[in-house]
Amino acid sequence: MWVVPSIPPALFLMLSGILFTIGVIGALTRRNAIIVFMSIELMLNAVNLSFVTLSRFLQSMDGILFAFFVMAVAAAEAAVGLAIFVMIYRSRETINVDEINLLKW
Amino acid sequence: MFDYVWLIPVFPAIGFVINGLFGRRYSKKIVGWVACSALGLSFLTSILIFLELIGRPPSERLFEKVIFDWVISGSFQTVIGYQIDPLSILMAVVVSGVSFFIHIYSVGYMHDDPGYPRYFTYLNLFVFMMLTLVLANNFLLMFVGWEGVGLCSYLLIGFWFEKDSASNAGKKAFVVNRVGDFGFILGMFLLFTSLGEHGIWTLDFTEVFANANKLDTATVTAVTILLFIGATGKSAQIPLYVWLPDAMEGPTPVSSLIHAATMVTAGVYMIARCNVLYSMAPIALAIVAIVGVATAIYTASIGFCQNDIKKVLAYSTISQLGYMFLGVGVGAYSAGIFHLMTHAFFKGLLFLAAGSVMHALSGELDMRKMGALRKKIPITFWTFFIATLAIAGVPGLSGFFSKDEILWQAFSSSHGHFLLWLVAAVAAGMTAFYMFRALFMTFFGESRVDHQVAHHIHESPRIMTVPLIILAVLSIIGGWVGIPHVLGGANHIHEFLAPVLGGAEPAKAHAGITLISQAWASGGEAGGHSAAWELLMMVASVIIALIGIGIAYLFYIKSPALPKLLAEKWKGLYQLVLNKYYIDELYEVLFINSLKGLGVGLWRGFDDFFIDGTVNGLAYLIGWISGGLRKIQTGLVQSYAFSMIIGGVIILGYYIVRAIFY
Amino acid sequence: MAENFGILFQWLIFLGAAFISILASFLVITQKNPIHSALFMVLTFLCVAVLYLLLHSQFIAIIQVVVYAGAIVMLIVFVIMLLDLETELRTGLKIVYSKVIGGFLAFLFLLGILYSVIAKSPTGKVGSYTTEKMSVSTKAVGEVLFTQYLFPFEVVSVLLVAAIIGAVVLSKKRR
Repeated sequence: MWVVPSIPPALFLMLSGILFTIGVIGALTRRNAIIVFMSIELMLNAVNLSFVTLSRFLQSMDGILFAFFVMAVAAAEAAVGLAIFVMIYRSRETINVDEINLLKW
Repeated sequence: MFDYVWLIPVFPAIGFVINGLFGRRYSKKIVGWVACSALGLSFLTSILIFLELIGRPPSERLFEKVIFDWVISGSFQTVIGYQIDPLSILMAVVVSGVSFFIHIYSVGYMHDDPGYPRYFTYLNLFVFMMLTLVLANNFLLMFVGWEGVGLCSYLLIGFWFEKDSASNAGKKAFVVNRVGDFGFILGMFLLFTSLGEHGIWTLDFTEVFANANKLDTATVTAVTILLFIGATGKSAQIPLYVWLPDAMEGPTPVSSLIHAATMVTAGVYMIARCNVLYSMAPIALAIVAIVGVATAIYTASIGFCQNDIKKVLAYSTISQLGYMFLGVGVGAYSAGIFHLMTHAFFKGLLFLAAGSVMHALSGELDMRKMGALRKKIPITFWTFFIATLAIAGVPGLSGFFSKDEILWQAFSSSHGHFLLWLVAAVAAGMTAFYMFRALFMTFFGESRVDHQVAHHIHESPRIMTVPLIILAVLSIIGGWVGIPHVLGGANHIHEFLAPVLGGAEPAKAHAGITLISQAWASGGEAGGHSAAWELLMMVASVIIALIGIGIAYLFYIKSPALPKLLAEKWKGLYQLVLNKYYIDELYEVLFINSLKGLGVGLWRGFDDFFIDGTVNGLAYLIGWISGGLRKIQTGLVQSYAFSMIIGGVIILGYYIVRAIFY
Repeated sequence: MAENFGILFQWLIFLGAAFISILASFLVITQKNPIHSALFMVLTFLCVAVLYLLLHSQFIAIIQVVVYAGAIVMLIVFVIMLLDLETELRTGLKIVYSKVIGGFLAFLFLLGILYSVIAKSPTGKVGSYTTEKMSVSTKAVGEVLFTQYLFPFEVVSVLLVAAIIGAVVLSKKRR
């Protein structure tokens, strides 16, 4: 009788890596700050996935808890970050990260 | 009383501190009182200690007072300590006494000067340093005094520092002195290390001289020659005398005190103090004597043509110092010290009297603009006259006895030589000539004084004339402590100084040097002489002095046109002597220009280019690097994320590579 | 046999969710219109929630949907609409030199991750929460959250308060 093996954790982790990479490319490449922000959320998401995977396959709750906290922090970050975006748009009329470089040399 | 020997230098030091800190707030009267009373107390203390010393028998006349430990370093220990023995206390009495009189004189002379408190501050500091020098019980403390008097000399020569010539003269004095001091330091070091090779690490006088016989002759010769180089600097002998004529830029009492009576005698004192070492090195003694007598005659010749009264006296000082060195150079240490003492009296007096003349003539220095002052400033004239008689060696006055002692020792001592006596005698004649020339030009003849100045000619106030009179009296009677045996005296001063100066047995002199004197002297032994020769020498020197006086009388009283004719006839020679044989210019070309060039070269090449270049270059490099590095700060968030990704890739790559290959 | 079907079904769900999430996230970063990006992000989050379900973490799956797909994306959409980004719609994925390098590096990063995941299996201390225990995931989370991780829990609450206050203060209009 053949037994279908359950899904190996490696696949989850690979998926997590791919999602993370896509997030990185998005964060580096797009000019619109909101799209960059969304890419960052993608990265956080990918990391969450990897945490939960490892927690499941090491039979511990620590990873799940960490993912929980990551989500809480992501929510807080989203709130504040978007408020900042609104402020920047109000003062500069633009939301392109290329054009917000006052702290340059 | 001996325990209070430290008060002798400390009184002037206290005066220095008080006048230095508060002098400007007090009235001039208080400043003068503080300074003079400090010196007065110092003089009194030294007299009291002197009397107490005489009260003791000659074998017990050595006392050391240690104030505190100074250097304690392994096996080498030095203290701040003062030594009371006949030599040092005699010097202390002379220094403090003459300084005291000069301080009183200065109260009058410097009365109108705005730098009055500063003057007395420096003067007190000088006396403190000088007394430290003569009372010190070890080489190191003596050297402190040595340097200190050099410093004060600089401060006082350049007293009127707004004048370029004065500040230059001060610098010249200091730098030339420094060259000599270098020799002194080397001598001191050599002595210290040579004794150290025998396990004796000390610089105390008593210990050094007790152990000096352990050193070999070559070392001692080197040490003594190096110390003598220091003496040529401080006491203005060939080749380092060039500062002393320029030092006349300072106030006249300063010239009197420092450059006649005290500082310049430090070299003679040092040689007398180290007589043990010098007696072990006859070559060094010969060098001292030859340099001394050469300087004596050379500077006497320059004195012939000088027209500035202070310059005449300056060259006379150098010449008389040459005599003192001749004295110690032939082993007659007490004769040198004796002449030091009498010279302090009459040369100090000469300078003060010259200052009085200048005071009367509102600052005129040029003797060509003086004349016929005899009746107008009588006290000054008579004191000047007495001092001139003394320096010329007229019998009965102090200079006669001291100079004669030196001349006799130059002839008869085991280190002496007939030629030394001859040159010295000629120089004595020249001394008599140019001193009387100065006297005649200043006080006799027709008045060549400027009209405006002539109205104000007045005798100096009592505060200035009283010291003149006191020093004149001392110039007369000061020599009577040294009346030699042939004339019926007991030569007290020689006996008094014998424990310190006569102790060492002179080494066998070179046979050739004493050959002639032995052939002439009847005794034949080293130091053997007959009274007849001594009297003959005395008469000879008196005759030479009278000849000098006579020639001066001829030139400047009888036929005043004669000097001018002679000057015209031998114009080249006259110009040469008038310009001091162009030695200053020669030094400038030989030494000063090359050193200056070296200094400028080092400044431009090394300091400016190399050191500044390195430091500035380093700063510039850092600026350049940071200018490049700051481009990282683009202000763009994405570039920062980019660099984070680079970091992440590198770290991940490192771990993967490590996992693959290990 | 039944397990086989179960596991097979799981495999199917997994592959479906995985591919859709990859595709959706790719579209997130490449769309010109931010609203489209936001919508595709919702899709990504939902797929990831499905993946959480496959990992027996129902609690996290629900939280993912509620917080991420619900609250965060909602905030983003609001802000997009607030900022009136009509003129920005034309900016898509521009090819710039440094960004190519960045993409390349990200790709290298991915290769690294893939290699490390394949070469080694996850190691670590094996905990006590077996799959059965984790299936009742809310209870399990609660167990750990209020005992072992109490302090971080409280801190997170403070953090959320701070974030709220910050957001309110930041977006006040200047008087």
